[in-house]
Amino acid sequence: MIERLKAMLVKEFIQVLRDPRMRFVMFVIPVVQTLVFGYAVNTDVREVATAVYDLDNSYQSREIADLFVKSGYFRLTARVYDDKSSQELIDRGEVKAVLRMNRGLGERLTGGRGAQLQMILDGTDSNTAGIALNYASRIVGGYNQRLQKEWGARHGGALLFPGGVELVSRAWFNENLESRNYYVPAVITNIVFIITMLLSSMAVVREKEIGTIEQVIVTPIGKGEFILGKTIPFVLIGFINVTLISLVAVFWFEVPLRGSIPLLYFATALFLMSSLGIGLLISTISRTQQQAMMSAFFVIFPAILLSGFAFPIESMPQVVQWFTLVNPMRFFLVIIRAIFQKGVGIDILWPQMAALLLLGVTILSTAVLRFKKTLG
Amino acid sequence: MKAKRVSAVARKEFLHVLRDWRSLGIGIAIPLVMLFLFGYALTLDVDRVPLVVWDQSQTPASRSFVSGFSASRYFQLVGQAQGYGEIERAIEARRAVIALVVPVDFAGKISSGRGASVQAIIDGSDSNVASYALGYAEGVTRTYSNEVTLDAVRRGGLPQPASGLDLEPRVWFNSDMESRNYIFPGLIAVVMMVIAALLTSLTVAREWEVGTMEQLIATPVTCGELILGKLIPYFCIGMLDLLLAVLVGEFVFHIPLRGELWLIFASCSVFLVGALSLGILISIVTRSQFLSSQIALVATMLPAFLLSGFVFPIANMPYPIQLFTHVVTARYFVTLLRGIYLKGLGLRLLFGEALFLLAFAALVLTLAHHKLRKKIE
Repeated sequence: MIERLKAMLVKEFIQVLRDPRMRFVMFVIPVVQTLVFGYAVNTDVREVATAVYDLDNSYQSREIADLFVKSGYFRLTARVYDDKSSQELIDRGEVKAVLRMNRGLGERLTGGRGAQLQMILDGTDSNTAGIALNYASRIVGGYNQRLQKEWGARHGGALLFPGGVELVSRAWFNENLESRNYYVPAVITNIVFIITMLLSSMAVVREKEIGTIEQVIVTPIGKGEFILGKTIPFVLIGFINVTLISLVAVFWFEVPLRGSIPLLYFATALFLMSSLGIGLLISTISRTQQQAMMSAFFVIFPAILLSGFAFPIESMPQVVQWFTLVNPMRFFLVIIRAIFQKGVGIDILWPQMAALLLLGVTILSTAVLRFKKTLG
Repeated sequence: MKAKRVSAVARKEFLHVLRDWRSLGIGIAIPLVMLFLFGYALTLDVDRVPLVVWDQSQTPASRSFVSGFSASRYFQLVGQAQGYGEIERAIEARRAVIALVVPVDFAGKISSGRGASVQAIIDGSDSNVASYALGYAEGVTRTYSNEVTLDAVRRGGLPQPASGLDLEPRVWFNSDMESRNYIFPGLIAVVMMVIAALLTSLTVAREWEVGTMEQLIATPVTCGELILGKLIPYFCIGMLDLLLAVLVGEFVFHIPLRGELWLIFASCSVFLVGALSLGILISIVTRSQFLSSQIALVATMLPAFLLSGFVFPIANMPYPIQLFTHVVTARYFVTLLRGIYLKGLGLRLLFGEALFLLAFAALVLTLAHHKLRKKIE
């Protein structure tokens, strides 16, 4: 049995690696994708393009505008002096925010009467707008605190203004809140899923399309051996891809890898059961490569979008959240992110691992059972 | 170019699509399912951030501080912790995203007017959620802090403090800041791009693989007629998809449509010609269904998803990548659709984007025509 399996593996490896275009698809594209992802995928909001609309032009108004720029969150890209041009800038998307200070702002603040700082935000990108608004209120809050302190000093002489509550924050795992650390490891999930599933579904269908499956049937090779021979090369390709992408993540993007590497491979093995299982399942329901491709696409797109990769699962409606429970990518993603950033072990991650094992065994055995029928 | 020959090719292609339920399914059902599912499911909104509290003070003052958090719709109190170990476990297991540590001397410091600090520990791994949570937490703290200060002032008989600066935000175009309004128009563009290119990427390669290309060469049909004939059925499918998408947006998700409807259809038809031609071009060049669908996936899905500004703002990308996004046609279509939908912009402001789509379509169509001619000769 080992002999037959070995013979089949040699054939499969030659077949997969012979074509330079295939080698390119399997090993170069993942690295390129990781690089593009690493640079492009970024939800950090910094330097929001901002126009200042300062009708007051007093010491205070200039100081406030300055505070915004110095915070690093806002970048002054234009100065406007009328409503029309500020509207035009926002319409064109050239600025995301307009800081409007009406006449009399400085005087009102000096007189202790309080003033309004108007901020117009382009709400189209609600995410950027929301975070920019947070930054703005933080800046204004700091400014007000200073005003109050000054006031306290003036009125109480040596008496300091009574203090309130200060929030001291620390972000664990990702101190600078860099989104790259969050997204780059997650790329592993997408790429490994697409490649292993697509390859396994197409590879088996190709035998059917070309007609070599009949030859396989007449050889003494067992069905189990056939499936193993077909899938072992893709298991290896999956592991190679995990390694390649992790290397790019750690050495190129300097994403911390805090957890255990053996655990990473173990989780990969659990995940590959599902991805290869889906690939085999597709190959049982397809007769041509085109059909396999279309069906694979039908799985890939929702699987990625509903994995929590870009859109948090917690924010999805309950029904959809249940639906994501059958998505192996969802669990693998949590594991990968936790291993990279949090460095946690199996004591924390066992529920996800158990889920992958359960899904993997179910999908794979269904595929193998169905496969026998189509072969026989 | 003879209309009769074009229509003959188009009819053949139509029949082929209608016969193959899977292609037809991909062409019509899947976009619809995706728009439904994703329009419903995908959101970047952050609310009800899970929170744990380690209240070492256990006083009315500390409880009132914490209740400011649990009363806010942005936080959801999921438990109490007794020590950093418990906080760590809660955050590691993702039960909590933020933890508040209220110090023992909280109440004493507050009542004596010395000011207290409270520690917030945030799971930074998802930086987006973390920034939101931090912003919300600071807001809640500020409100409480102001009350405390005012209280102390009143009790101490100090004169009322001067009012400070009041931030008055006005959010245009999407005043509820619903991310669905932002995502849906972008989703139309991404889905159209991928579907269009994937559908046509197989058409010419199929003819080569099955061997019918030789037969086509022998007929008097010209390259231009052949390409046009192949485009027409998929163009119809694409426009049908758009119509369905617009209807779903209007009647299911109530995405505000502030601009003009005809502008959406006009810009989409230009965009579609470009995307379909790109698929045909890939198909012509590779001559293999497997490779061509592979390339179509990599060349359209990834850029449309990542580099179009659909989820990840282009302004945040490094400059070289920003330059590169200029050749991603989905980028312009995303901008166009959002501009028309949310901002109600007209052709005057969207002229640049529309022009680019037109140029792209013309370029790819010419390239496809050029490449196809070579192979036939």
